[in-house]
Amino acid sequence: MSYQDKYEMVCGVETHVELATKTKIFCACTTEFGGEQNTHVCPVCLGLPGALPVLNREVVNLAIKAGLALNCEIAEFTKFDRKNYFYPDLSKNYQTSQYDLPICKNGRLEIEINGESKSIGITRAHMEEDAGKLVHSGESITTSDSSYVDYNRAGVPLLEIVSEPDMRTVDEVIAYLQELVQILDYAGVSDCKMEQGSVRFDVNVSLRPLGSRELGTRTEIKNLNSFAAVRRCLEYETERQAKVLNKGEKVIQETRTWDDSQGVTLSLRTKEEAHDYRYFPEADLVPLKIDPEWVERIRATLPELPAAKRERLKELGLSGYEAGVLTSSKAMADYFDRVMQNYADAKVVANWIMGDLSALLKANNRSFEDCPIKPYQLADMLKLIKKGDISGKIAKTVLEEIYTGGKDPAVIVKEKGLVQIRDQDALEKIIAEVLAQNPKSVADYQGGKEKAFGFLVGQVMKATQGKANPELVNKILKEKLQIAY
Amino acid sequence: MRIKAEDVEKLALMSRLELTEEEKAAYTESLNASLDYMHSLTKLVTDTVEPAVHVLPMVNVFREDRVEIGLDHKQALANAPEAEAGSFKVPRIV
Ligand SMILES: [Zn+2]
Repeated sequence: MSYQDKYEMVCGVETHVELATKTKIFCACTTEFGGEQNTHVCPVCLGLPGALPVLNREVVNLAIKAGLALNCEIAEFTKFDRKNYFYPDLSKNYQTSQYDLPICKNGRLEIEINGESKSIGITRAHMEEDAGKLVHSGESITTSDSSYVDYNRAGVPLLEIVSEPDMRTVDEVIAYLQELVQILDYAGVSDCKMEQGSVRFDVNVSLRPLGSRELGTRTEIKNLNSFAAVRRCLEYETERQAKVLNKGEKVIQETRTWDDSQGVTLSLRTKEEAHDYRYFPEADLVPLKIDPEWVERIRATLPELPAAKRERLKELGLSGYEAGVLTSSKAMADYFDRVMQNYADAKVVANWIMGDLSALLKANNRSFEDCPIKPYQLADMLKLIKKGDISGKIAKTVLEEIYTGGKDPAVIVKEKGLVQIRDQDALEKIIAEVLAQNPKSVADYQGGKEKAFGFLVGQVMKATQGKANPELVNKILKEKLQIAY
Repeated sequence: MRIKAEDVEKLALMSRLELTEEEKAAYTESLNASLDYMHSLTKLVTDTVEPAVHVLPMVNVFREDRVEIGLDHKQALANAPEAEAGSFKVPRIV
């Protein structure tokens, strides 16, 4: 029995995304990932007494850009606050964040579920600093006598994007996250490298009896770092809550952690006081006034976003599925556009990108971001097919040659002698030889066995190493076979 | 509003301070004295005053997004009570 037979899920997500700046939010340390522990640090991000933070202008630019991409209102006046708590990854014992006057609020994005569109509200998005990284001496935090702290990540700028509790199924949650990450990727506000932890999710989830309008008690599961983890975690947590409710017990409002190896959520309850962050204004930073001109300047730099791009591709004659696949990453969508600049047949370009080229990249563990085949090279190859210089089949070989050698398709075709044989006389000669060598198939065909024709075509292609123009071969073969042999 | 002994206990916990019974009593008294002093502000009429979020009449102070070299490894860990393998070492967390 599934929880869905009796309950409806209500879910909202807080997404932390690292903004794509060169330096940290309040100091000039690099944000570069990796690096030896505690080498990207200074008095500000180590929280040494007397150090003063100064806000990185680019953080504000990117926060505004993300807000606009998510249809948010941009605050005219905004400020930073201190969120106070003790944890070793927090060098100052408070996190510089935003409380009551966030930079963005009241946004939304559209998701598509089973062909229907649904709007998910964005409550707010605010700027804050990331914490350092902890490595535990033992297996996990609870079994370690000591832990090691690396503050390289402390002070990396984050945007925390808080959704409304608008999602009702796990699929909706995943669709929301995918769309959100895609928008942030397109807008260029983050590199969205999930495997490096540039995007992390906290989910709030509760159940209520089907038909009920009241909200149930929710739990929060923190620090999920992939779509797969969110899916598995929600599938587990909804069933767990359903079991609690079915027993007539109450769900306890608490923060839980996801244990990926065991596939369970675990309580993080401590004896100590519940969250009491005692927010107060950060006196070390002056407030921000964002005038409409600033917002418009940023708006002008917004690129085409995924939804608009999908619509445009559909107008070019592509299916919803094709448009979805092509826009799934910005790099792939940009690649498509660049090929189209030189070869404007959307269907053909889409087929090659989604088919052979994607397969080639996948087999070599690469992506469109570092595709060795330049968009103009793919376009040139498609032109050669259209001109009839090469067949679609030979083109697959050409594609692999461009991939490995980097040479332009015309050069490869010439060097390897791959030009299609369209010379009527030359083909007639080859076909005559093939017929002479296969009298049985000729007789079979003339005796009514259609299959024999395909065999003969195959023999001609073999004799020409696949370079014969297929239509011409068909035509000549038919003519010759009608003449009694 | 009066500060009670429980309030001081909570504040001490939130600030990670261990207080003796005498200290708790002394802080309860002195915190109330501070509150009384601040209370005189409520006599002012502030209906026409914009709420302040900062004491300085300044906005928009920025840095440009340019990398500068910070502390080296040794300097970074110089004040660490305990360090190991290039990291700050801290006792059991939970
Ligand atoms: Zn720093």
